[in-house]
Amino acid sequence: MADTTKLRYAKTHEWLNLDGTQGRVGISDYAQNEISDVVFVELPRVGRELKKGDSAMVVESVKAAFDIYAPVSGKVTRVNESLKDHPELINSSPFGDGWLFEIQLSQPVEANELMDQAQYDSSKGNH
Amino acid sequence: MDFISGRNEDKTEMLRTIGAASIESLLCAIPKSLRSFSIEIPEALSAIDLERETKRIAASNADFDRWACYLGAGVYDHFVHPATESLAHRSEFITAYTPYQGEASQGALQAIYEYQSLICELTAMDCSNASMYDGASALAEAAVLALRGTERKKILLSAAVHPDSRAVLKTYLSFFDAEVVEVPVTGCVTDLGRLESLADEKTAAIIFQQPNFFGAIEEAGLISEAAHRPGALLIASVNPVSLGVLAPPGEYGADIAVGDGQPLGNRVAFGGPHFGFFAVRDSFLRKMPGRIAGMTVDHEGRRAFVLTLQAREQHIRREKATSNICTNHALGALKGAIQLCLLGKEGLKRLSLLNVHKAHQVYRRLLKIKGVFPVGTHPFFNEFVLEIKKDPAALHKKMAAQRIIGPLALGPLDASRRGQYLFAVTEKRTEEELSRLVRSLEDA
Repeated sequence: MADTTKLRYAKTHEWLNLDGTQGRVGISDYAQNEISDVVFVELPRVGRELKKGDSAMVVESVKAAFDIYAPVSGKVTRVNESLKDHPELINSSPFGDGWLFEIQLSQPVEANELMDQAQYDSSKGNH
Repeated sequence: MDFISGRNEDKTEMLRTIGAASIESLLCAIPKSLRSFSIEIPEALSAIDLERETKRIAASNADFDRWACYLGAGVYDHFVHPATESLAHRSEFITAYTPYQGEASQGALQAIYEYQSLICELTAMDCSNASMYDGASALAEAAVLALRGTERKKILLSAAVHPDSRAVLKTYLSFFDAEVVEVPVTGCVTDLGRLESLADEKTAAIIFQQPNFFGAIEEAGLISEAAHRPGALLIASVNPVSLGVLAPPGEYGADIAVGDGQPLGNRVAFGGPHFGFFAVRDSFLRKMPGRIAGMTVDHEGRRAFVLTLQAREQHIRREKATSNICTNHALGALKGAIQLCLLGKEGLKRLSLLNVHKAHQVYRRLLKIKGVFPVGTHPFFNEFVLEIKKDPAALHKKMAAQRIIGPLALGPLDASRRGQYLFAVTEKRTEEELSRLVRSLEDA
């Protein structure tokens, strides 16, 4: 389980847990609640180069299919394989076992442009 | 409040928004000669005169009841069992469109579900969609799936795939960041050596047709290996009737199997309507275009049919949809399903063998005629190419006199094949008709 106080958020509801230039990405509790029960994920290919804002993968719920955008630029180093059989982990543990993929940041400075918890919480009210 | 659409002010505003000078300017891609809307309509006829007149015009058709057809090349004169049309033309089916409020159309959904199950069994693939427009658009959608599924950009397309399908595929892909490379044909089959040297880590898929456009049976196993060695997908476009005797695509490792369903229960009628079938391995289920009917239970535990996995589709995913196909050819697919059920597994095999038998019999007889030569030494199903060293006009005249719809001349498609003709021989050809064909060639 990520320490949520250290997470950085994108406007599109992805979180980034940074460890040096390596980051883990997931979606927020608010986002998982909004999209409701997740039934399928299409994970990115390990090794894929992403630019900040690129559509990295797809999360499909009973409501619709949603694109997940890269919160920072970099190379995908690992994906959460357990989501293939248990996509519902995104709902039950969005900050823990429901993480999506890990990324090696190519522009670490981009992480500073993301929101902290307080900024994210207040931004949600605007949606 | 009144709402009158398309007023002149509206039109002007819309044109201004998109930066066009006039509606005429939007039609500039259409040749002027085709934009003339004056149609001369004669005075009305009485019902009985109209019937006489249309029958008179219809009688000038060379129809299959009176003429023996040896023209195939993608559309085939197979027998359609009367029960197929009698069932499919019930008003519940013939008036239904693709189900948009699916759950209110349980009968239509069940028919589609049965169709999908039959296609899976026929092709030995894991999942089938509810059908596509035709074989050509199914093939193009398969290429699109391969590009997305592999994140690669090169499509290797056998030049022995039907020329119309190749043209449709290229039109589709002209809007994608993709390269289509055609693999040449030697004799009547895909050049395997060239195929193997062209297949590399950039290749998204190899596309071939079985039997191919020239009727020849390709080395499917070797083509499959050539595709999978560098991690590309194998797309097989197959004739469903041939699957009574030929290995199904799932057996030789196809990732996507498509084809035109016309030979199954759909008559030849001025080019349409056909239906296309589209089946994939499990791993591509969610990337499949079109609609999918599924079976489930309702809240009381009763069997029920639904449209399923719709999150792929355009009405939900908008521009991110895997395809813009939101429909199917339900009636054509239903005829295919009924025909398959009537034939059964053994019946399909016997039908297939009957095609093989008649085609090979007439092939041997034609080769005995002076001036007639084989093209290649490959095995074939119910279509074959012959080189005929006779005057094409005389040949045509002799056949027409015998009420024969002759083979397809390949010269106009490919100058290097001048003098070559593609014959199709289905189970419908009688001994008498086959002899008529042989005679007309002997006399020409």
